[in-house]
Amino acid sequence: MSEELHHVRLHVNGVAHDVAVPPRRLLSDALRHELGLTGTHVGCEHGVCGACTVLVDGRPMRSCLMFAVSAVDCEITTVEGLTNADDSLGPVQQAFLECHGLQCGFCTPGFMTTITAGLEENPSPTEDEARDMIAGNLCRCTGYQNIVKSVLRAAELRDAETTRAQP
Amino acid sequence: MKAGGRSGRLAVVKPAPFEYVRPASLDDAVAGLAGDPGAKVLAGGQSLVPLLSMRLASPSRLVDINGLPDLDGIEAGPDGVRIGALARHADVLASGDVRRVQPLVSLALANVAHATIRNRGTTVGSIVHADAAAEMPMVLRLLGGSVDVAGPGGRRTIAADDLYVGPMESSLHHDEIAVSAWFPALGERAGVAFEEVARRHGDYALCGVAALVDGDSVRAGYLSVCDVPTVVDLTDLAEADLGETALARLDPGDDIHASADYRAQLVRVLTARVVAAAREMARMKAAP
Repeated sequence: MSEELHHVRLHVNGVAHDVAVPPRRLLSDALRHELGLTGTHVGCEHGVCGACTVLVDGRPMRSCLMFAVSAVDCEITTVEGLTNADDSLGPVQQAFLECHGLQCGFCTPGFMTTITAGLEENPSPTEDEARDMIAGNLCRCTGYQNIVKSVLRAAELRDAETTRAQP
Repeated sequence: MKAGGRSGRLAVVKPAPFEYVRPASLDDAVAGLAGDPGAKVLAGGQSLVPLLSMRLASPSRLVDINGLPDLDGIEAGPDGVRIGALARHADVLASGDVRRVQPLVSLALANVAHATIRNRGTTVGSIVHADAAAEMPMVLRLLGGSVDVAGPGGRRTIAADDLYVGPMESSLHHDEIAVSAWFPALGERAGVAFEEVARRHGDYALCGVAALVDGDSVRAGYLSVCDVPTVVDLTDLAEADLGETALARLDPGDDIHASADYRAQLVRVLTARVVAAAREMARMKAAP
């Protein structure tokens, strides 16, 4: 059967993409299949696991609970957009690397986007606040200990960056 | 695997096909609903999209109201709080004015799903989704709030007591759109409290209870206990009788998450706790 396609412009990681999608195309699938941005992972596809979390106008949202056609007026940031301008790892990515914040890595993109926004709101979280920040994301490998450490380390790295930027 | 999966390009989507419209005015949105008996409103989509993806619902048309102007208002005045249909839970929760005028709204919102869901989900959408396991329908009912809806014949106000007619079923007509919800302000000498028990914070509660104490009047609202959000009058009862009295008017159910007995025990324990906490808030406010 043929479905009507909608021509929409998605703004992802600072780049505008024109895509033609059926209305039922989930944003998560559009990112992966139409745009080839396979960093966003698809786990449960009903909003529970958090693997597909992206930033929509800076706020973490489940890309599996949005339709691509409905995401036209916003700026989307995926895990691919979390690197620094010079392509080096961003603070959250670097922290995960240093703290072994991932094992299989499937859930990691969702954690990284969530934590990036979380640190924007609360740049120096306590350990409890770090746990709370990631409470909506599931990880089946790490037991979360090293992810909590990664949040705290990312806060340090961000802080150091800010200090460097404003001597 | 190539984009689109093994069995063709459309295999990557799970919802059944639907027609999509994104009206620019409320009138067009109402017309969009009226024009198709199988149409549904899409606001935050945090409850609707999972239902579509699991094919528990397959509307023939979605009317996306996210492009409508002036529906994201959060207004708190001396009489109460009015929340527009596109106000996200996160924004309502962040409002100091809302917390001051009707603290129960904020107390309950902190328990609505996870922060990520609250960033997209709308408070009004949750209210008219009419899930008895959700916080805000129960809170609206306990506080005696209402919902304003727009339909082909104009606008009307539906009192919370007339809103919930069955499991996941509201009294909105299929061609009506909820445009705002109204929560009355907390009385000067009144107190409120909210508590729920969930396997993890942010999950659906096994049982949740809110209390509103105003002078002699004591009322409690229950979520995840009955098929619809339920409010029980507990005025003039001894402390020790609160839980059993509430339970006599409720019908806790069994499911995979909790037995009926366990839910009954949560009703007993949480009722006593929230009534005590609401009384304490009222007492503190009355203190000079």
